[in-house]
Amino acid sequence: MNDKFTPNIIGFLCNWCSYTGADLAGTSRMKIPPSLKTIRVMCSGRIDPLFVLESFIKGADGVMMMGCHPGDCHYQKGNYNARRRYVMLNSIFDTLGLEKKRIGLWWVSASEATRFAKVTNEYTKEIEKLGPNPTSKEIFL
Amino acid sequence: MAKAIKIKKNVEEGLFDFLKSLLEKEKINGVFTLKKMDDNGAISYSLITSPDEFKDAVPLYPFMPVNAGKALSSFTLLGKTEEPIAAVLRPCELRAFVELVKRAQGDLENFLIISPTCGGVLSLNLMGDKNQEKIVSQYWTSVQKAEISPDTRETCQFCENFLPINADITVAALGNKDLDKEFILFLNSPKGEEFAKHAEGSAVSEEIETKEINEFRKKREELREKFFKETGKEGEGLKSLINIFAPCLGCHGCSHVCPICYCVLCDFDAKTHEYHSASLSLDLKNKGGLKVPTGNLLFHLGRMTHMAVSCVNCGMCSDVCPVNIPVATVFSKVGSSLQKVFNYFPGKDIEEPAPQGTYKEEEFKTIGEQ
Ligand code: SF4
Ligand code: SF4
Ligand code: FES
Repeated sequence: MNDKFTPNIIGFLCNWCSYTGADLAGTSRMKIPPSLKTIRVMCSGRIDPLFVLESFIKGADGVMMMGCHPGDCHYQKGNYNARRRYVMLNSIFDTLGLEKKRIGLWWVSASEATRFAKVTNEYTKEIEKLGPNPTSKEIFL
Repeated sequence: MAKAIKIKKNVEEGLFDFLKSLLEKEKINGVFTLKKMDDNGAISYSLITSPDEFKDAVPLYPFMPVNAGKALSSFTLLGKTEEPIAAVLRPCELRAFVELVKRAQGDLENFLIISPTCGGVLSLNLMGDKNQEKIVSQYWTSVQKAEISPDTRETCQFCENFLPINADITVAALGNKDLDKEFILFLNSPKGEEFAKHAEGSAVSEEIETKEINEFRKKREELREKFFKETGKEGEGLKSLINIFAPCLGCHGCSHVCPICYCVLCDFDAKTHEYHSASLSLDLKNKGGLKVPTGNLLFHLGRMTHMAVSCVNCGMCSDVCPVNIPVATVFSKVGSSLQKVFNYFPGKDIEEPAPQGTYKEEEFKTIGEQ
């Protein structure tokens, strides 16, 4: 049995950009880490901060929020809202001393398959270094 | 020089007489204020329209049985009051009301807002205490001396925003040694000036920011740092958060009394957050145990994302918590860092939208590009 830690990463991907980018990365046979479990949302503006918090509390080792680059959101402002929500989560984690690296936001367009492969692989490595999320073993939550 | 009048009466009595005369002369249709409810020390907010009912009013009594911002919102949810009403409330309650008005939950227009320079409010568990009168009189002594009363709420002890913002009339109480003989009303708006014509006072030229006020602010700033440091110690993260919230019963009382939590149906009271047995079994399999009810930490962290940036530090949530969790101190601490990030001052400017409802294209440019 190989007991190397394989992180459990939840990705919330905007349908129009990052999800399509992920698709392209797949069809182009780029290597995407198996740690990533993707959930497709119609816009990064649909990522309720509670989705992120719940993933974190339920034991996800990392949460990736992904959307279209600023200015490219199909609903004009969804990603600007997502960005504020991420900043908010980040600041809450920071103030409470929670591991803020476990939550991240990336802009990845539909054509950026290479960027998608790069950021997901890099983030997986970062989380591997960080180790398992203590919430996954915590009874009180 | 700020516009002000001096009234040669004890502050509680003087304010009482002023409000009563407004009511008798029918300049206003009602007074929203604290009122004695019985002989055992019960105090409650009331909207009083008859001068007879007004006799038990105690406008400056140091209790906050409900955040008055929340109460005023319930009167004006569907629009402004038909007739002018005088409302006496504390600076944080006023800021809460402004936050609610911003969110289309109330209307400020027909209110004459009167607010004191605030020495804090007593913990609600002192209501009905056999020493209540004594504690209240000690409270007034500390207001006179501009000292921090140890009987006040923790959040009051470190509140820096004790001077009202957006009040038509400010009652200068803090640091006035002669509070039992005379006090000053600052008239901050044309509305305030108009109504103050009916008070028996004489014009004076004074400033609200006295030496006493500045020293008082410094004392509170020091305490604020201390409380923030002691609550949710840096670096300990999850463990310290669990230590703080471990006794939580999941009653959601803290959100029900919070003026900023105005949603009719809170997300956390909805069925969405009831887990299916399959999900619970999975957790059990992984962890070998579960605290019940589940979801306490999600509730608190989730509530933070919803409202902490607008937290007015009123302390209601801590005061009602049956298991004495310092909810307000944690929310205030998180709130003040969020307010820094978004450069936001809750309850200050009615035109400024709450940070969740707006964005700027030019902000946080590097985020997402890494
Ligand atoms: S009032 Fe106290 S016990 Fe009730 S939900 Fe809030 S923190 Fe938990
Ligand atoms: S979180 Fe607590 S202190 Fe802050 S506004 Fe709500 S009730 Fe008041
Ligand atoms: S549509 Fe992609 S972020 Fe809004």
